[in-house]
Amino acid sequence: MSFLSYFINGISLGSIYAIIALGYTMVYGIAKMLNFAHGDIIMVGAFATFTVVSTNGGNPIVGILAAVLVCTVLGVTIERVAYRPLRGASPLAVLITAIGVSYLLQNVALLIFGSNSKQFTSVVNIPALKLADGQLSISGVTMVTIASCIVIMIVLTTFINKTKMGQAMLAVSEDKGAATLMGIDVNRTIAVTFAIGSALAAIAGVLLCSAYPSLTPYTGSMPGIKAFVAAVFGGIGSIPGAMIGGIILGVIENLSKAYISSQLSDAIVFSVLIIVLLVRPTGILGKTIHEKV
Amino acid sequence: MKRKAKGIKNQTTIQNFITYAIVIAFWVFIQIWSKAGQMTSLLNGLLVPICTYVILAVSLNLTVGILGELSLGHAGFMCVGAFSGAFFTKAMAGAIPSVGIRFAIALLVGAAVAALFGFLIGIPVLRLTGDYLAIVTLAFGEIIKNLINVLYVGKDSRGLHLSMKDVASLNLEPEGEVIIKGAQGITGTPKASTFTIGILLVLLALFIILNLVNSRTGRAIMAIRDNRIAAESVGINITKYKLLAFTVSASIAGVAGVLYSHNLSSLAATPKNFGYNMSIMILVFVVLGGIGNIRGSIIAAVILTALPELLRGLNNYRMLIYAIVLIAMMLFNSAPKAIEMRERLMEKVKGKGKGAA
Amino acid sequence: MAMLEVKNLSISFGGLKAVDDFHVSIEKGQLYGLIGPNGAGKTTVFNLLTGVYKPDAGSIELDGVNITGKRTMDINQGGIARTFQNIRLFKELSVLDNVKVGLHNHHPYSTLEGIFRLPRYFKVEKEMDERALELLKVFDLDQESGYKASNLPYGKQRKLEIARALATDPKLLLLDEPAAGMNPNETKELMDTIRFVRDHFDMTILLIEHDMKLVSGICEKLTVLNFGQVLTEGETSDVLNDPQVITAYLGE
Repeated sequence: MSFLSYFINGISLGSIYAIIALGYTMVYGIAKMLNFAHGDIIMVGAFATFTVVSTNGGNPIVGILAAVLVCTVLGVTIERVAYRPLRGASPLAVLITAIGVSYLLQNVALLIFGSNSKQFTSVVNIPALKLADGQLSISGVTMVTIASCIVIMIVLTTFINKTKMGQAMLAVSEDKGAATLMGIDVNRTIAVTFAIGSALAAIAGVLLCSAYPSLTPYTGSMPGIKAFVAAVFGGIGSIPGAMIGGIILGVIENLSKAYISSQLSDAIVFSVLIIVLLVRPTGILGKTIHEKV
Repeated sequence: MKRKAKGIKNQTTIQNFITYAIVIAFWVFIQIWSKAGQMTSLLNGLLVPICTYVILAVSLNLTVGILGELSLGHAGFMCVGAFSGAFFTKAMAGAIPSVGIRFAIALLVGAAVAALFGFLIGIPVLRLTGDYLAIVTLAFGEIIKNLINVLYVGKDSRGLHLSMKDVASLNLEPEGEVIIKGAQGITGTPKASTFTIGILLVLLALFIILNLVNSRTGRAIMAIRDNRIAAESVGINITKYKLLAFTVSASIAGVAGVLYSHNLSSLAATPKNFGYNMSIMILVFVVLGGIGNIRGSIIAAVILTALPELLRGLNNYRMLIYAIVLIAMMLFNSAPKAIEMRERLMEKVKGKGKGAA
Repeated sequence: MAMLEVKNLSISFGGLKAVDDFHVSIEKGQLYGLIGPNGAGKTTVFNLLTGVYKPDAGSIELDGVNITGKRTMDINQGGIARTFQNIRLFKELSVLDNVKVGLHNHHPYSTLEGIFRLPRYFKVEKEMDERALELLKVFDLDQESGYKASNLPYGKQRKLEIARALATDPKLLLLDEPAAGMNPNETKELMDTIRFVRDHFDMTILLIEHDMKLVSGICEKLTVLNFGQVLTEGETSDVLNDPQVITAYLGE
């Protein structure tokens, strides 16, 4: 029974990784950049909710909406100010700029909220589900997280396959030049991608802090990296890949924490990534690209 | 035309000597400064770290700039060097009483162990390219840090004992000594690192890397960077030279680690000193100094290490300023529009100069 | 015995037979042309000969040695050097260094000798410089030896690729569309250079080319490839007058 409980918690943690990884993977697929600041957007989202909920004694729903709004605006602004001017520059220059943005977000948060960790009040008030005579308890947050992940996945897939903007995204990710020739506004498409990715990060931030309620300016860093790993794991650029990668990662992490060593869980997660990439160099669902000679 | 080829060679030699001269001049300047009684303890405390970061930046440039592969795990090799070096110095305290000699050997031990890790990690990693290579090196760096945090090593009359659990499971004799204590790391390493030693190691690292780059081996490595398929077609052994560059780079990072560990009385592997954040910081030095530009790495490492410390008066704002400066510099240096604007400006200035003449 | 003897060479990509039952036999010192319409599989043949792709079937013998399925690096060391259709120079290296990379395996010294600047380093580097300049002179590139390779004009980049390939001291030189992008004057000059290389270095040359003036001007024998298969082969003038070949090029 305890295995099942660890497993379900793993899926829940994995769902959070998956939601973050979706943002990573979409941005990578379309802008071909590793957005290292993505993890810090999570933190900003969590702080936005925290501020609303703690100051107004407020409604958690308002808190979540605030987080989504703040992060979407922030994501689009960052793209406009810091990344767009670098389009066409070396990938390394973009990477370092993203790192600069990450430092910036962390330090602004540090100035506003200080370095002490804040106690985050969960936005989920659903009572835990008791199964098998109370031996298996699934918390409200866990259920909401998993449900959100499923809903997001469905909505996102529909959006990409059924809307004009979604198709434009696919086109831009295939070939920017050709997309431009077909009359697609590449800048706008990339901006929308950042908006969606950041909104997802906000939701992930709120869910993350509801499950693990301590919040600092560095809260987003490690989950950001893990989600990045999940995205690569599933095949970066692939949306179902991000989903699968995130969930597998969460399950591995939770099970190794429970059965092997909590200190070594990160090492185990990273080892699995390495093994997967050595067997499938472009991730589970990644496309293999052959260089033309 | 023979003169022409020779001319280039002399130019590189001169450029290299300027690089050495800058490092030596820095050392002389600090000596004079401190004789004049101008050194604050803050500055003094920065000298060895500056040397450490310079060595790290220069060695990472070998991987990123010369070999052309993005590594985000350089701090891992530094970590391996730091711990193996400090471990040696502590473990051999009885056998070799002289701290100086122990430190000298520790530098070799750190270099060798880091090289071994570089080699072993390089074999799988270098099969990947681009962002995949970057994430896997990051993963290895984190794994190393993680493993060191659960590593317990003790020593008694029966020899060395190793455990991944806790001190008790080392089963030491009562008079035995715990040398590596899990997350607490190694404490009581003699402070053998000095600024002068640091500078000597910087010079040594430069000597190795600059000479390597300007040799048959370096040409092969850069050929792989510029065009792997063409390099293969002229008979270059890709795997061998990639691995060689990666191993040398790791080994030199290991030396930096030993220098680092002998500057601290207590050494623990935290996310701050050996995590991916450190790897990224070193990468920032390399990129800001100019990819492939060894001298640039040195200057960027010195300025970017000193700057936040010198801005200490600004307290919480200093890292904020650092971040803004970093973004601004990247935009200024690399944005296609900024480059175009700079070029136009340069032309205008030049044009005016000509007009006046 | 032929310098290059290829039999039954085949490879397919995802079910499509890119090269099907290809064969060729080239005598030492011959200037041999491989022609055919776009997409006929000519470059794929080069990639098979140099080990970039491993053939599904067939055998490749160079000067009596079976090199089928070997690695690119080993095939080069065994005696095949090539140029590329889309120029592949070491862009950031100087013109001289590009050739010196080609000399890599013939003028060895160890990495440690290089780092510590031992006597052999100076001796071998000097040999390399001399040899590289000699080669550059053949292609009239010696004045540009200090330029960054990417700063050379297009035509000279193509020549530098040939110089670099020759530096590996091959038995067989493969040229993939050496005249692509050149004007008639440059092409004429290139034809002289290719002939000179063959005579001066006693080289066997196999080249892919679309420029029929070049092909008819310097190639002694030709093989025509169409849809991955050998359409015909033989003396240049016979092949070029073959109605099958004309149809293949012009369509029906």
